[in-house]
Amino acid sequence: MDPKVLVTIILFGPLIGAITAGLFGRRIGDKASMGVTTGFLFLSAILSWVVFSQWTWGHLEPFTVTYAPFIHVGDFISNWAFRLDGLSAVMLVVVTTVSSLVHLYSWGYMADDPSKPRFFAYLSLFTFAMLSLISAADFMQLFFGWEGVGLASYLLIGFWHHKDTANAASIKAFVVNRVGDFGFALGIMTCFWAFGTIEFAKLFPLIEASVGKGWDFAGGYFSLIDLACALLFVGAMGKSAQFFLHTWLPDAMEGPTPVSALIHAATMVTAGVYMVCLLSPMFEYAPVAKTIVTVIGAVTALFAATVGLTQNDIKRVIAYSTCSQLGYMFFAAGVGAYQAAMFHLFTHAFFKALLFLGAGSVIHGMAHEQDMRRYGALQKYLPITYAVMTIGTIAITGLGIPFLDWGFAGFYSKDAIIHAAYSAGGAGHPVGYFAFFIGVLVAGLTAFYSWRVAFFTFNGHARWTPEDLEQHWHNRDHAHDAVHDDHAHGHAQHETHDEPLPEAHHGHGHGDHLPHESPWTMRIPLLVLSVGAIAAGFAFHHQFIGEHNGEFWKGAIFNAPAEHAAGHHYPLWVVLAPIVASVGGLLIAAYMYIWREGLGAKLAANNGLLYVFFYNKWFFDELYQATFVRAAKFLGDLFWKGGDQKLIDGLGPDGVSALSVQVGKGAGRLQSGYVYHYAFVMLLGVAGLLTFALWAWAA
Amino acid sequence: MPLLSLITYAPLVGVLGILALRLSSRADESKTVEASKWIAFVTTLATLALSVLLVAQFDPANPGFQFVEEAPWFGVLAYRMGVDGISVLFVLLTAFLMPICIAASWKSIEKRVHEYLIAFLILETLVIGVFCALDLVLFYIFFEFGLVPMFLIIGIWGGARRVYAAFKFFLYTLLGSVLMLAAMLWMIGMSGTSSIPELMTYEFAAEAQTWLWLAFFASFAVKMPMWPVHTWLPDAHVEAPTAGSVFLAGILLKMGGYGFMRFSLPMFPNASDLFTPLVFAMSVIAVIYTSLVAFRQTDVKKLIAYSSVAHMGLVTMGIFAGNEAGEQGAIYQMLSHGVISGALFLCVGVIYDRMHTREIAFYGGLVTRMPWYAAVFLLFSMGNVGLPGTSGFVGEILSMTGAYQVSTWTAILAATGVILSAVYMLTLYRRVVFGTMTNPKLATINDLEWREVAIFAPLIVATLYMGVQPNIVFDLTNASVDQLVRAYQAAIGG
Repeated sequence: MDPKVLVTIILFGPLIGAITAGLFGRRIGDKASMGVTTGFLFLSAILSWVVFSQWTWGHLEPFTVTYAPFIHVGDFISNWAFRLDGLSAVMLVVVTTVSSLVHLYSWGYMADDPSKPRFFAYLSLFTFAMLSLISAADFMQLFFGWEGVGLASYLLIGFWHHKDTANAASIKAFVVNRVGDFGFALGIMTCFWAFGTIEFAKLFPLIEASVGKGWDFAGGYFSLIDLACALLFVGAMGKSAQFFLHTWLPDAMEGPTPVSALIHAATMVTAGVYMVCLLSPMFEYAPVAKTIVTVIGAVTALFAATVGLTQNDIKRVIAYSTCSQLGYMFFAAGVGAYQAAMFHLFTHAFFKALLFLGAGSVIHGMAHEQDMRRYGALQKYLPITYAVMTIGTIAITGLGIPFLDWGFAGFYSKDAIIHAAYSAGGAGHPVGYFAFFIGVLVAGLTAFYSWRVAFFTFNGHARWTPEDLEQHWHNRDHAHDAVHDDHAHGHAQHETHDEPLPEAHHGHGHGDHLPHESPWTMRIPLLVLSVGAIAAGFAFHHQFIGEHNGEFWKGAIFNAPAEHAAGHHYPLWVVLAPIVASVGGLLIAAYMYIWREGLGAKLAANNGLLYVFFYNKWFFDELYQATFVRAAKFLGDLFWKGGDQKLIDGLGPDGVSALSVQVGKGAGRLQSGYVYHYAFVMLLGVAGLLTFALWAWAA
Repeated sequence: MPLLSLITYAPLVGVLGILALRLSSRADESKTVEASKWIAFVTTLATLALSVLLVAQFDPANPGFQFVEEAPWFGVLAYRMGVDGISVLFVLLTAFLMPICIAASWKSIEKRVHEYLIAFLILETLVIGVFCALDLVLFYIFFEFGLVPMFLIIGIWGGARRVYAAFKFFLYTLLGSVLMLAAMLWMIGMSGTSSIPELMTYEFAAEAQTWLWLAFFASFAVKMPMWPVHTWLPDAHVEAPTAGSVFLAGILLKMGGYGFMRFSLPMFPNASDLFTPLVFAMSVIAVIYTSLVAFRQTDVKKLIAYSSVAHMGLVTMGIFAGNEAGEQGAIYQMLSHGVISGALFLCVGVIYDRMHTREIAFYGGLVTRMPWYAAVFLLFSMGNVGLPGTSGFVGEILSMTGAYQVSTWTAILAATGVILSAVYMLTLYRRVVFGTMTNPKLATINDLEWREVAIFAPLIVATLYMGVQPNIVFDLTNASVDQLVRAYQAAIGG
């Protein structure tokens, strides 16, 4: 079939599913809503792989299908379109594969939820928005998809809208993303003002000629292209939860776990990375912006890893892990290794979705307990989950054999990033070596916190009792959370479904109150993603980052000639550094959580300064609460009560009316009670006066 | 066929119908109420049909005035009507919202229903007249007399503090209009004509422009309303009946923006250029200041009213950017805000009709009893936040893009509005719709009924369609805006 038709079906299928389930879900029932959304997603996923294989092994060339005009105002021209190139081909398979598996997984995970049509409609709506983001041919459609996924994320984080924590988290996600979009919008305006277009195909050829041009912006003088890229990157920071704008992502774990896997791990949060790679023809001429990207990426990688070391909520650890891995992708892009960034985005989608869905399987099996301090020894109860989580952990920690050049997915992509940073440092990139060292250090931290999750959950002694689980099944509500959370610092969350569950829920094996393995709808996605986590790196590293990667990307990624980083040879210690760090992290985790079980809890109980700092996420939430939130409330009250009521009204209408009442004491009744008559008469008078004046003038 | 006059005075036919009904059957008022509602509704629908016809026949390639009617009056005065690309869509917007206003009042207005309907029909005539008038005096008459029915709607059918609100509304607007009247008289005396198209090409001396600009500004700034003369709006909205708020926010506020584009920019270009920094400053303050105030409100209607002021700040900013993106963005923002804010006031009306309170704290958890209402309210909240895909986005991004090219600081500060609007709107939504339902009085609240769904349906379609296909508007406005921008740039650049 014509690839233009294929991509159109891929794009609009999920939208049709979303509309059907969203508007008619109550009429057609749960099963039909789930069927239609999941069906369209699988169709999209299969067709995406068809397109992707034609792209990779066939002779498919880049193309753009234009569906309809969007905004045409002067030179401000935007169209609804589908742009297929190397980048969007990769994103197509990532988005539709993970999304279709998450749809299927949700059949099991959300089986007890009373609002299934709404959930599936949101998931499909998200997929449509994400696909329109990756296929945009200009900034406006990109922005449409960008905010569209934000809307879906908002709706899904707050899916259990009776929970105050979920509502707070969803607003936080939307607002923090809006801060990013504020920069993004200004970046778009800068591009439009500087180049007179917002269409990528017209914009990119104009970039090189603008090098060296400056721009007065907000009172300062900036390099034009650096300024545009830096502003656009602010948008990427918001969407991809980078340092300063990261605070929403951990809270987003309030959403159901399938959502965390799809949106807050595999796809939406990678949109920022995708954007920077897409705009490589701009960033390559923006050295200052690239330095900013590198530093922010590296700092995020480090920051999130340090916080991840200390968290006890299984989903939060994985959320910080996502944040940290996104940092890797950004500093890869920042040093010019866009191919490596996209490769890590690709492999990360598989193993991180796997880890999240695996965590969801654990949570499901443990009666929605998320606190790892109440796990332990689960390997014999959840053998499949144990196996796939181990695969995911091996993949994320990048284990492999350097000299045979064989390993799990993360081994290829993460090492490529770290090596690229090293060679960028050698080629004179101002922060290349900095990124390299952080990359190696964080590889060790990643191994530690990832294996900590695995060991803490599946090995050691059980820190739960069947009675705990029974209690969970019976009171999954707020009061219950409170009882548990006063224990220690208590950031752990329980996922609670919409309404108290009927007894029938216990039908599928909760009656014995032991952890139980998940149904097949949840196991199949785990197994498929495991294949991806094992093989995605091995199977595709030649295409993505090999010497002939130009044949794969077909011009979608631009590298300025001087900084071409692929295909270098590195010193032995550079090759070995990431794997050594990773194995080191694994050994320390094993020591603390298997061989000397309980050591971790003991260290935590000491409340060392660094531990408290990490555990409280470097106190960002407290800082923002004390500054921005308080300032907004204070100013709002000041302007309202001081400005509007006292100053403006006091001197204006209230003052006048008080005065007029005082002057005409007796006439007070007339003035207040029949003021509209009075007004009417006045207007008639004014009109009469006008008529008279004009008549006199004309005569 | 004098189509414009037909559209303008068509509502008066309904007024006559209602009066005839009242006079013929004075025995029992209650029996005629239903019939009067139908008369009003059908009249407004007919007016809408005529307006659609107008837009269909409008020639988008012609930048000048079309459907021009001219009949001599006395002296230099003449009855002149006509529309161009800038005004034609406001006629349509007015005619579009009016049947919705009548339908929204169907059950909530119980006293003096005949008079209420008559007030609305007269209001429609006057407001359409404002957008069609091509003569200063005619414009003034429509513009000022439009106040009276609105004033009565608030003062008679309003809430507890309606007299205070009506008085405040009146005081502000009258103050501005007296100055505008004086300026108009001076203009006629100076130029010897009261024809708006002729005045648009008449070149006033620079100093005269300054004073004339200020006089018109006083009137239009109050109407917009711009900070700091905005405080009448929240009170007027809070006290007005639902349909009154819809019309106030949907149409009356647009008369100010329309005035700037019809008078200030083309007639006093040098003064407009001179005062652009002032307008930008007031616009930016409006965006930030009123957004923060909105965030702290405890009354649903007041919050949305303050949000209107913030959105109008973007409009004034776009207009005085003086370039194509700015003007188109401003027009689009006005049309979109007419639909979205009207819909939001209807959303408030839905729960007010059921519970008779606008206190945010009274509500919470409505989604469990009212899922369709929650969905509709969410859509319009997102429109108000300017989410791409809704009409709210297009106007925002274009007016900011326009301003950016003139003053980056203005655009940066105004862009903070996209953050703040999300803060107050989502907080409102959370407190009213989400959460657990703790108030026992809400336990029996019902979801939207069919009449309400039918009222929202056209607004939903408009919000979404304008969100993805804004060119239907730009195709109509392009030529006239182009001409306006070119003349303005030539005047200030040359």
